[in-house]
Amino acid sequence: MAVAIRVIPCLDVDHGRVVKGVNFENLRDAGDPVELAAAYDAAGADEVTFLDVSASVEGRGTMLEVVRRTAETVFIPLTVGGGVRSVSDVDVLLRAGADKVGVNTAAIYDPSLIEDIAKRFGSQVIVLSLDVRRTVHGTFEVTTHGGRKSEGLEAIGWAKRVAELGAGEILLNSMDADGTKAGFDLELIARVREVVDIPIIASGGAGKAEDFPPAIHAGADAVLAASVFHFGEVTIAEVKKALLNAGLPVRV
Amino acid sequence: MTSVVVLDYGSGNLRSAERALAVTGAEVVVTTDLERAASADGLVVPGVGAFAACMAGIDRAGAGPVIAARVAEGRPVLGICVGAQIMFDSGDEHGVVTKGLGLLPGAVTRLAATRVPHMGWNTLDHPAESELFEGVPADARAYFVHSYAVTPNADLDGVAIVTTSTHERATFVAAAERGALAVAQFHPEKSAAVGAIILKNWVGLLRG
Repeated sequence: MAVAIRVIPCLDVDHGRVVKGVNFENLRDAGDPVELAAAYDAAGADEVTFLDVSASVEGRGTMLEVVRRTAETVFIPLTVGGGVRSVSDVDVLLRAGADKVGVNTAAIYDPSLIEDIAKRFGSQVIVLSLDVRRTVHGTFEVTTHGGRKSEGLEAIGWAKRVAELGAGEILLNSMDADGTKAGFDLELIARVREVVDIPIIASGGAGKAEDFPPAIHAGADAVLAASVFHFGEVTIAEVKKALLNAGLPVRV
Repeated sequence: MTSVVVLDYGSGNLRSAERALAVTGAEVVVTTDLERAASADGLVVPGVGAFAACMAGIDRAGAGPVIAARVAEGRPVLGICVGAQIMFDSGDEHGVVTKGLGLLPGAVTRLAATRVPHMGWNTLDHPAESELFEGVPADARAYFVHSYAVTPNADLDGVAIVTTSTHERATFVAAAERGALAVAQFHPEKSAAVGAIILKNWVGLLRG
């Protein structure tokens, strides 16, 4: 047997509340991240990711309380990303009950942050997020601010560098595919797989269950999606069935 | 009530271990207090990150003798992840060998696989005589996240009940039980229903 392909729902959280609409049956409070995380756990999710989109200090404080409550009730791995800028930010999140921490923009401006976090807590806590866009020249570039701002950084080389610096895995989000529901950017996944050995979580573009197995065949180890899960367009179980039908190992 | 201490000798997520153990009905305390660690019915030694850093944390806390004394007296200790690794003879990271607590024979070395860290839910090959895995289905999966592990060896087989797991072509020690000492390379506190069975089994063995 082999390690199972991980299926991961991602929840955007602002001031302790889930931002995008979530259409899940039998929820008392569809805006409570803790209740949603528990529902996804029950639905067979292999991990849960919270992306903190709060822009204020109070919002971040509320997020920590959400992480604490989640860690107390949901016994699958929890990743928390959004606004992580320092080793002490990581420490606070881990102590609250996160298992892994998503690092994105801050590492672009200060790559040594990856090394510092890895040295203190181990590589396994770092999920390095890459928001990637295709350029008119056919290359891939790293973006920030939800894909609106180019950082003038070539994405494949950056992926290789973050792995060398000590990232534990890469959350590879295609800004071009995101929201299209036309499937993952398979070329992007394959290109990053060529240069790193650490796990890749593919994100962006999933519209139906059949979109997921090709991402794994292209080189990803895990798949992450948000709205298609939240709106019930695709269930975790359907994705796992599609993976299983494609001959891939899943946790059932 | 059965008392369990989760030893706090550094940082990381101890909340999940605390809560997952509390669900089994144990009275759980997360503490740096070695007297409580010595007197509790069960002691959990967690650990994430580097072997050398965890051993340094154990040494700073002065916890090594407490752990060894408990095991010698037949008082249960459960090591999790790097907290499991440090129970072995040594850890080899990037060619630097660090001495472990030496309570189990074997060396912790880098997994001989391409995709490292080994991250995710993998199956377990647990022997029927294991008390820790009693009631765990044959095809059950537990959550792993690690780059290093112990390779099964005759010395270990001779003294412990060994559960293995395989990542790519690398078969490694997923758990070992030797008298009062149990270790798990995976995270039972993050392994949903399967982890709950294992933790309940362990807590059930306390005060046995």
